[in-house]
Order: sequence, then C-alpha cells, then structure tokens
Amino acid sequence: MFPERVDFRSPEIRFAVVLMAVLVLLPVYTAWAGQSYWLTLMSRVMIYGIAATSLNLLIGYTGLVSLGHALFLGVGSYAVGILAFHEITNGWLQLAVGVLACGVIGLVTGLVVLRTKGMAFIMITLAFAQMFFFLGVSLKQYGGDDGISLPGRSALAPFDLSSGVQLYYVILVVLLATLYFSWRLVLSRFGTVLRGIRDNERRMKALGFDTQRYKLGIYAIAGMITGVAGFLLANLSSYVSPSTAAWTVSGELVVMVILGGIGTIFGGIVGAAALLLFEEILAGITEHWMAVLGLSIVVIVLVAKRGLYGSLRDWARRRATGVRG
Amino acid sequence: MNSPTVTTAPLLHCDGLVKRFGGLLATDHVSIELRPGEIHALIGPNGAGKSTLIAQLCGEQRSDSGRIFLEGADVTRVDVAGRARAGLGRSYQITQVLMGFSALDNVLVAVLARSRETGLWSPLKAQTGHVDAARGYLDRVGLGSRADTIVGELAHGERRQLEIAMALALEPRVLLLDEPLAGVSPSESEILVALLANLKVRYPILLVEHDMDAVFVLADRISVLVYGKVIASGPPTAIRNDPAVRAAYLGDE
Repeated sequence: MFPERVDFRSPEIRFAVVLMAVLVLLPVYTAWAGQSYWLTLMSRVMIYGIAATSLNLLIGYTGLVSLGHALFLGVGSYAVGILAFHEITNGWLQLAVGVLACGVIGLVTGLVVLRTKGMAFIMITLAFAQMFFFLGVSLKQYGGDDGISLPGRSALAPFDLSSGVQLYYVILVVLLATLYFSWRLVLSRFGTVLRGIRDNERRMKALGFDTQRYKLGIYAIAGMITGVAGFLLANLSSYVSPSTAAWTVSGELVVMVILGGIGTIFGGIVGAAALLLFEEILAGITEHWMAVLGLSIVVIVLVAKRGLYGSLRDWARRRATGVRG
Repeated sequence: MNSPTVTTAPLLHCDGLVKRFGGLLATDHVSIELRPGEIHALIGPNGAGKSTLIAQLCGEQRSDSGRIFLEGADVTRVDVAGRARAGLGRSYQITQVLMGFSALDNVLVAVLARSRETGLWSPLKAQTGHVDAARGYLDRVGLGSRADTIVGELAHGERRQLEIAMALALEPRVLLLDEPLAGVSPSESEILVALLANLKVRYPILLVEHDMDAVFVLADRISVLVYGKVIASGPPTAIRNDPAVRAAYLGDE
C-alpha cells in the first residue's frame, strides 16, 4: 500500500500519525463540546493544507516557485458560485467544471509561464493570478468586488454538505487522498524526473527528457488539486469572491509551504495548520497580531531552516544514522 | 545487443558548421566526423571554440549555418533532448549530475530516459529491472561500491565516472565527452583513461581534452581547433609532427 518502507517508530512518522488521528477524531470532540468553532477552523486549515500540498509539488519537488497558486483556488470556487447562481447546485458537476477549468487554465497559462525561470516565473505567475482577480472584480452580474453568497451548499450525493461534520469529513478524505497521491507521485517515475529537473534541468535535457512537458504536466495537476480545494472552500464559507484569488492568498500558500517544509509530503498541511492556528490564537490575544506573526515566522524559518516538519524529519534521520554509526 | 556494423560511415558528422557571437566567429565552417570504434580527439588552445562546437553538436547552441548528422539523419533542427534520444550521450566540462541524488539514482534516471512509460503511480524503486540495470552501468565505470552515496559527497573524479555511467545508461550511439579529465587527480585520471580506452569499442567517442598525454594515448584521430577553425586533422603521429600545430598549440607547452 505504501510506496516506500515506513518506519512507524521514527518521530516524524509518529507526528504525522498523531496529526491524522487528531483530524479524524476532532468532530467527536466538537460534538461532545457542543460547539462548531474548531470544526470550521480545522476545515479551513485542511482546505489550505490541500492547496499548499499541491503547491509543494511545484515549489518543493520541481523547483517552480509559483506566486499565483490562489488563481486555481479562485477558479475552483467560482465554478461553484457561478453555477449555483444559475441554479445548478449539483456538486459533482460543479466540481468537474472547476477541476476541468483549472486543468485547462493550468495548461494554457503553463505554456506561457514555464518559458520563464526564477524571478520572472514568480512575477508572471503572480500576474496571471492578478488577471483572474480583476476578472472576478469585473464580473458585476456575479457580485463583482463583493462576490456572491451561495444560497446553500452544493448537493454532493451521497454526502450532505449542509452538515458541518459531513463537510469536514469530505475535506479530510480529500486531504488524505491528496497526501497519498503526492506521496506516490513523488516516488514514481514522473516524480523522479521532476526532482531531477529541480536538481539540474540541463542534465535532464541532455538525458533526453522533454523537461517542458513534465513541468507543464505537474503545473496542471497541481492546479487541478487546488481546484478541488477551491470547491471545498466555497462550500465551507458559502461565499465566493475575487479575494480568494488575491495575491496575499498566493503568498500565504507559499509561506505555508516554507513553514511546513519545502519538498516534504506533510509540509503543506503542517504549514497550513501552523500559520492559520497561530494567526487565530494571536488575533485573540493582541490586535497587533500581524506584527507578532511576522516576527514569529522569521524566527521559525531561521531556527528550523527546513520548515517545521522538514526539520523534524531531518533531525530524526540524523539521529537515526548517528545511533547506527 | 546490436552487433557492431562493418561499415565505416560516420556515426556523427557535421558539415560547414558556423557559430557567430556578434563579430566573433566562434566556429568557422567546421566539418568533422566520428567513425565507429574510434576516439576522435578535439584539441586546441583555450578559447579555440571547442566548447562552442560541442554545444552545437549536442544542440545547446543553435548553429548559424551548416548541418549536423547523427547516423545519417539530419539532426540540425532537433533539440537537446531529441538528440539525446537519437543516441547522443554526453558529459560536461563542469560535471552536470544530480547533486542531491545518490549515485545509483543518477544512473537510474538515465535508464528511465530510455523507457517511454509515464508512471505517475507505481514506485520507481519497485521496478527492480531498472534498478538492476542502473547498478550494471555503475559497475562498468567502477562505481559499484558507491551506489548509495549522495553525489554531493563523491570525489571529483568519481563524479566524472558517474557522468560517464549516466551517458552509458542511455545506450548511446556516440559519446561526446567534454574534458572528462579536467581537475581530476593523477590516480583518478589513470582509472578514467583505462575506462575510455575500454569504451571506444562499443561507443565511438568525440573527446575534448587538454591532457595531451591522455589524448595521444587514447586518440585514433586528432583534430586541432584554433580560432574556430580546424587547422589540422589526422592520426596522432602526424599531428604531433605538424609544424602548424606545433606553432599554434603544442609548441606552447
């Protein structure tokens, strides 16, 4: 079942298992406590975790630092908003349209952005996301700047998304599927070629790999996964607006990847949890929470250079080899 | 394996190749060829245009005019990846390997380049056929014992060996080796020279090299490049005694 041998005694795997267990059992606690605050918050964390995990496939495994990944979050959620506005509430259809649109947009914009490298790549991905943002603003019939509230959540038979718990579990299943898929992908032939491109694209070309096609492929795949996250986000907030695709959201996704651990399977969800929970806690303590948050991120990145999960994993591996040697 | 062909038709040749950088004629109507079973060495002083010529032959630099043929097929308009797939294996003046990968994984990636499957799902390491093949190439260049070492921790000479293993893993028709002995220690150099002498039976090699001792030991034919022009081409003894070559290059030593 696992694409590689897993040592369940290693600290980072234990951590991942505990994290998963907490996510699975959380609704039990919220039901017992009789409040939905944590349920909604963790639903949001998981949705951003899905998007950040897919972004990590680009940043961490292919070396493509995209600063426009929220574009796909926006497309996925607008597919819900626009179709619902026209009274098409079938969630499967909305999901299919959103994911398909993300795939097509990923391929078309990918053809342009992947011609560039480094700083130019960062800027042009940002530019495409901004274009979508302003497209959303200009769509007056769909609320323009203000966006549109959904009359209700999507009809995703057999699930009843109007139930917060069911929506939560749907999100959790998508998150687990994303993590598992990423894991397998990274260790597959395709993923190995991607990691080769990150390491030395010139060498990969000289070996006969059409590197552009591989990059285009993962760019579209990552976009489609984030499209699913967009669908879930629209349903969670029952609201769709251009701000979903704002550049600040793209930036937050990058921060999540860095915070959790670039080039790790769990980095995306760990980073999303760390950023959003920390933000939530700090906002409750002080109104200057942004300054504190910014400083904290700087400190964390300086201390744990490979991100929270990445550093834990590296530390565990160093310790393991130290004991053996 | 394919049996060696009896024909002496060149496997790789170029015809009237030109490359200009502004006013500088870096490659001046160069025509050279590489025949089965030979090591053809390309020598010349620094700045003679050897690296430019290699870049043109492997497709990293577009030629301003002239044509390039690989096994008789015109590959002038084919890109780097396409030429690699057509049978052109190469090593670089500054080794280009995957530093974060183990030695074995570097070769494994090269083995993968030959197989056409996409594979998004099944783990690579489970495909033992490919892994075994990769180990075979490492053994052939004498790196078998270093398979699991991360390339960043390999010695310089070992990276040179690794790069050759990667080129071999492509099962190429010809090898283009750009200064494979640059910067290696004398003992490492000995290993590499023996390796290259062994390889030429199956893979004709176009060899760019500054180490003249190695060149005169290995080469069957030598072409001398000066200011982008081939000023002499022939067997090592003829080149060694060529007055123009002595004046332009060998005499300087």
